[in-house]
Amino acid sequence: MDYLININPAYLDLAYVLAAVLFIIGLKGLCRPRTAVRGNILGATGMLIAVLATVPMMLKEGQDKHIMTTVGLVVAAVLIGSVIGALLALKIRMTTMPQMVALLNGFGGGASVLVAGAEQLAKGGSGGLVVAVATVASGLIGGVTFWGSLVAFAKLEEYKWFKKPCYYPGLRTINALLGIIAIVLFVWGVMHPESTAIYWALVLLASVLGLTLVNPIGGADMPVVIALLNSYSGLAAASTGFVLGNSVLIIAGALVGALGIILTQIMCKAMNRSMTNVLFGTLGPGEGAQTADEVYGGKVKSTTADEVAMMLDGARRVVIVPGYGMAVAQAQHAVSELSELLESRGVEVDFAIHPVAGRMPGHMNVLLAEADVPYDKLKEMDEVNPTFSQTDVAIVIGANDVVNPVARTDPNSPIAGMPILDVDKARTVVIIKRSLSPGFAGIPNPLFAADNTLMYFADGKKAILDLLMALKE
Amino acid sequence: METFIVNLTIFVLACFVGYEIITKIPPLLHTPLMSGSNAISGITLVGSLVAAGSGFVALMSIDGFVSVLGFLAVLLATINVVGGFLVTDRMLSMFKKKD
Repeated sequence: MDYLININPAYLDLAYVLAAVLFIIGLKGLCRPRTAVRGNILGATGMLIAVLATVPMMLKEGQDKHIMTTVGLVVAAVLIGSVIGALLALKIRMTTMPQMVALLNGFGGGASVLVAGAEQLAKGGSGGLVVAVATVASGLIGGVTFWGSLVAFAKLEEYKWFKKPCYYPGLRTINALLGIIAIVLFVWGVMHPESTAIYWALVLLASVLGLTLVNPIGGADMPVVIALLNSYSGLAAASTGFVLGNSVLIIAGALVGALGIILTQIMCKAMNRSMTNVLFGTLGPGEGAQTADEVYGGKVKSTTADEVAMMLDGARRVVIVPGYGMAVAQAQHAVSELSELLESRGVEVDFAIHPVAGRMPGHMNVLLAEADVPYDKLKEMDEVNPTFSQTDVAIVIGANDVVNPVARTDPNSPIAGMPILDVDKARTVVIIKRSLSPGFAGIPNPLFAADNTLMYFADGKKAILDLLMALKE
Repeated sequence: METFIVNLTIFVLACFVGYEIITKIPPLLHTPLMSGSNAISGITLVGSLVAAGSGFVALMSIDGFVSVLGFLAVLLATINVVGGFLVTDRMLSMFKKKD
């Protein structure tokens, strides 16, 4: 053990450099399907190196104390954490992946709060101005990330209290007030770096902020929230890095922070809304919007499995458009089977994936990959949109707002200007949906009443299974 | 102050690297990219280890609190790291090309 403690710190720093390089190469690898698996393994290797390099530092910190007890505790924590992490990772259903990512984001933020708090206790705030600022920043960002993520988790799980996006009067005033108190506590905490009371008061306030900031945000905006919280968990790690003066924390945190911001921007662009609008705005029918009766009145045609099967028999090109409803109905395997059956009969089948379909970025792709749909069939919006005019049948399952043509036509609608999938240009559109209920934006969808649209009212999974039966007859 | 400038330089440069290496993220991989990068932000584990090391177990003393905080931090960060990398690997192994 003495040998470990006496290792020249320069070697440890070199190990950190190596870890940082592996993180960068790993993240770059994660951006391409061919290199993604390797990228992830490189990232994990970097993490292992960083952790091993830290062990001597930990022993040094604890060498005058009951070191064996400390080591035992740490090993126990690592073992328990690994078991919980592995169980979560291996057991979780792909449909609940957004919840998993939300939880993991939260744990990262929570760890930052605890590390900064422990460091403050141990050193008594003797680190100077920079450490003082970084400590309160870790508490604030980490606290918001932790509780914000837990609220996001609760909303995704659709717990009763969190199910509806809740707007209450004075929400903005309350948030502004909390924000001001947070700034005051922040400055106060910097001026009194030794005060643990101020630090934990700030953490408490950050927890409340995490709740009041995320709670009003509704289901379909979740992709933005999760991407943003991902970015925050990186920033929390980076600011903890400033507390400890640890370069690898700063680098890894900055990388993840930047990446999360990019993803957040992509998500906002895919909804044609600004980040402020997603986070603080409200979404609802605008002035002079048509009511459901005006849009649908007598124009909706419903269809049956047999009729759709007949249409598919004569089709040459079919595009399937999945949405969150497919995840809810757990219909991805049935959909995959349908696509295989059609392909075996010589029909060209593609999947059209809207960037914000589902509850987190890339949600639909993961589900369909799980159901063995080859990834080259999963087409991005820009790639698939020009092909709808040559498509015989477009099957929309559990998607609504992302195929609403109002986004193109009505500048006053809440989704005006949002890029949509142009399914209305297909020869026939089949919509699988349980009812005519509106999507997240709360507006009727004229596509459902269009001349070339047939409504197939059923639960997503049952609808596809019936369709498969009809096709096989 | 000098170390701060060094650290700030590292931070700013790393932000740019993060922004520049991700030239184009295919929407296909958004979810694994998030969970994978999330696992990397579990680097707080390194900080947790240092924090845990600076305490010893005597629950009524300040050091005891330090080590409780450190223990909890190690626990959360390990879940984040192990869960993040494993779930990413599990997802990525499902993405297959047509054969």
